[in-house]
Parts: sequence; C-alpha cells; structure tokens
Amino acid sequence: MESRFRILFLALAMIVLSGCAATKGLFGLGAKESASLPAEAPEPEQIIDPQVERREIKEPAIDAEDFEVGAFVGIMSIEDFGSDVVYGARIAYHITEGFFVEGSVGQTEAGLTSFEVLSGGAPLLSDSDREFTYYNLNLGYNILPGEVFIGESRAYNTSLYVIAGLGSTRFAGDDRFTVNFGAGYRFLLTDSVALHIDFRDHLFDIDLLGEEKTVHNLEGHLGVTVFF
Amino acid sequence: MSERNTTITPSTSRSTKPPWLTVLVLMLSQAFTTGLAEAAEEYRTVSVADPYLEMRTGPGRGYPKFYVVNRGETVEIIMRKTDWFKVRAPNGKEGWVDRDQMELTLQPGGREIKFAQADREDFTDARWEAGVMAGDFGGANVISLYGGYSLNPNVSIEVWGSQILGNFSNGWMGSVNLTHETWPDWRISPFFTMGTGLIHTEPKSTIIQGEDRTDQIAHVGVGFRFYASRRFILRAEYKSYVVFTSRDENEEVEEWKAGFAFFF
Repeated sequence: MESRFRILFLALAMIVLSGCAATKGLFGLGAKESASLPAEAPEPEQIIDPQVERREIKEPAIDAEDFEVGAFVGIMSIEDFGSDVVYGARIAYHITEGFFVEGSVGQTEAGLTSFEVLSGGAPLLSDSDREFTYYNLNLGYNILPGEVFIGESRAYNTSLYVIAGLGSTRFAGDDRFTVNFGAGYRFLLTDSVALHIDFRDHLFDIDLLGEEKTVHNLEGHLGVTVFF
Repeated sequence: MSERNTTITPSTSRSTKPPWLTVLVLMLSQAFTTGLAEAAEEYRTVSVADPYLEMRTGPGRGYPKFYVVNRGETVEIIMRKTDWFKVRAPNGKEGWVDRDQMELTLQPGGREIKFAQADREDFTDARWEAGVMAGDFGGANVISLYGGYSLNPNVSIEVWGSQILGNFSNGWMGSVNLTHETWPDWRISPFFTMGTGLIHTEPKSTIIQGEDRTDQIAHVGVGFRFYASRRFILRAEYKSYVVFTSRDENEEVEEWKAGFAFFF
C-alpha cells in the first residue's frame, strides 16, 4: 500500500515538474501556468505504468477433525445366556470439546442357558434367534480430559468419558427397546488415531423365560478409531 | 504422537524406547498420518497480532500452556478440533490454541480473520438440521432419526425414520413432514408440522395371532426447538397420527417425543 502511494506521488511529481519545464520552455508562460498545472493532473499511467501484480491468495482449508469412526471387539455377557465375543463399529461427532454424539452397532452370539446345559433337552432358541445385534444412539461427555506420560519423552492426550443413550436390540426373534450407558477411555496415539476401552450396560425387558424382567447385558470392548 | 514429542523435547534420544514401540509408532503414524499430511501439505498461515499467542498441550481448556508465540511471528494452522486449532510456530513447536485467541491473529494480507462458529443466527438461518428423538408412540417406545432442510427461515422439509418398540408389536415408520416456524428467531421457537408416510407393524414373536401390516399414515403436530449452544438444539414435539388401516375404521395414535439435534 505504502509503496503504491509512493509510486503515485513520484509519478505525479514527475509529470508536474516535466510539464512545468515543457510549458515554460515552449510557450514562455512560466510562472502563471505553473500555478494552475497541478490541478489538471494528467493521467499518470501514460508515463509510468506500475505493474503491480495482485497476489492471488488461495488460502488452504483448515483440516477440521470432528468426526471419529472406528471398530471395536470385546466380550459381551448376555444375561442367562453366557458370554461371547462382541464386535462392532462406531461413529462419533464431536460437537464441543466436552460433548459428542455417537452411534454404534454391535453383534454377538448368545450361548446356552444353564438350564439348557443341565437338562440336555431341546434348546430354547433357534440358532438365528441366538444372534444378538444392537444399535444405539448416544450422547457422550468427556468428563476427565487429560494427559498421560510414558517415560520421559512421550505424552499422550486422553479422556475419560461417559455415555448414555437409546437404541434397539434384536434378540430371540424380537426388537427390544434398549437403554445403554457406560464409560470409556480414549487414548490418542496421534491427533488422528485413538484407542478406546469401553464398558457398557445394555438394559431391556424380556419375557422369554416366563415372567417379564429387565436384563443387564454387560459389554467390555477395545477399539480403534480414526478422526477425520 | 511422534510429531508432538519431537517438538516438545527435540533433544531426547530415541534409543531409550524399546524398539518394538518405535516400530509400532512408525507404522501407525505412517499408516494414518502421512496420507493425510501429504494431501494437505500447505497450511494456512496467520501472524500473531496480540502481544502473544498461548499454546496448550491439548485441545481443551484444562491442558497446560507450554509455549508462547510472540507478536509478529507467524504460525501455521495444522488442524482444527471443535473450537481448538493446532498450530505450528516458526521454530517447529506445535500446540493447541482456542478460537478466541486465533481470531486475534491476522491473515497474510493484514486482514482480520474469522473462523466459522455456529451461533444464534445460524440457529435461524442454517439450512440443514439432523437429530435424534425418543418418546412414546401410543404406549410403545419410539426412537427417531430425522434430517431437515430449510426452504426459508420459516418453512422446512423433514424426512423421518422411526423404530417403534412395543409390548405387543414392533415396527418402523417413515414420513415426510412440512414444518412451519412462526418465530424462527426466538430462542425457544415453536413450530407446527404436518406430513404423511408409511407405518409397518409386526406382532411380537411371543404373540401367536396377528400378521404384518403396512399402512399409510398422516399426522399433524406441534412442538418447539430450543437453541442450547453452538450447533445444539433441544427439541420436543407432540404429533397426532391417523393410520389408514384396511379395516373399517382408522386408528388414531398420539406421539410424544423429545431429543436433540444439531444444525450445519
């Protein structure tokens, strides 16, 4: 900006001065003319054309990493039906540094009830009905964000979070309205990759074994997620 | 991880770590970060206009400040997480700076800089909205996901998908709504809605009689949206449904729901 003004003034001064000199020399009008000349201010571009190239600033976009997607594997205990491996996937969106929303799906398989094992009789459920799949939509809060140190030279950002939400579980031939809550620990290996340890309780009502009751299905899993 | 540690303690020798850890670290960082870093090698640069810019070790208000960039120095913006920006100082130090401080920096041309942040105005003017709601649908539990698009601040179109989980039957429901907000600039903004769709019900497996049904539905409703903060909305609504059954008379169902949504 400053240099442009300087060029403008220099150009103006040159024109005025040369104009003065020319008119003075040619027409001998000297002092009278020179007083009115600055007001005329001929176009400066004719003498000096400042080739100022405007810098085209194309600003690189800032990489926002608020989404988190990943997979997990762990152990899930289905009340009355033993424990088995559970695996699934999750996606989360971080709204603020504290709050995030999360959706997850998971699948495991129900084993035999103690009664089925002891009696040796007909199984209560068919194989397809033993498949236990769930989805849930949760709200989470990073309750204890922090850092951990490994040795002298390494520090990792971590967070202990709590989640709670609603969803549905397909088990024993029906979809069941499910409430789940739990806590987890997020360990950021880099700014974009995190390890998770999660513990959750899935509650729903079931009347499979006679009277209706609320069952607790506890799940613990390890997961990896990537932020993008 | 490797980035940060080399920047905080550049002089630490690598030989103190077990070799497998180094290998693991290298593999992970190569697998996940190089691809991203290469794609966006050129970072946005801003210069510090305030007396100083404080860097924290993590993206949160509790993380300690460990470095200060002085006025006049430039920093590169590497990434953003919610309202925190990871920046790199000229000497290679990297840390997290909050949005308020970043807004006091200047762009290369000397202009001020604004970073997008959702606020009350966006609550009124934002085009897209998505949310999750849950509640009671004629005695059964209902979980709903919806997405909406605003044609103007008052009128929006919404698409809903719901799962209904009852004692005697389960089902799903899909519908398209038109929603009208009379005072979209109010923090608690009431709305009216009407729409149509389909409902599918199947009796529970423990109940013998009954068969699957798919019927058309129509509904009217009222509710309100409450601007909580940032992109966050709390929403509650009541809808009255008419199910056009194939039997002689239509069914009427009342639905109450509450949930949260965010706009973008």
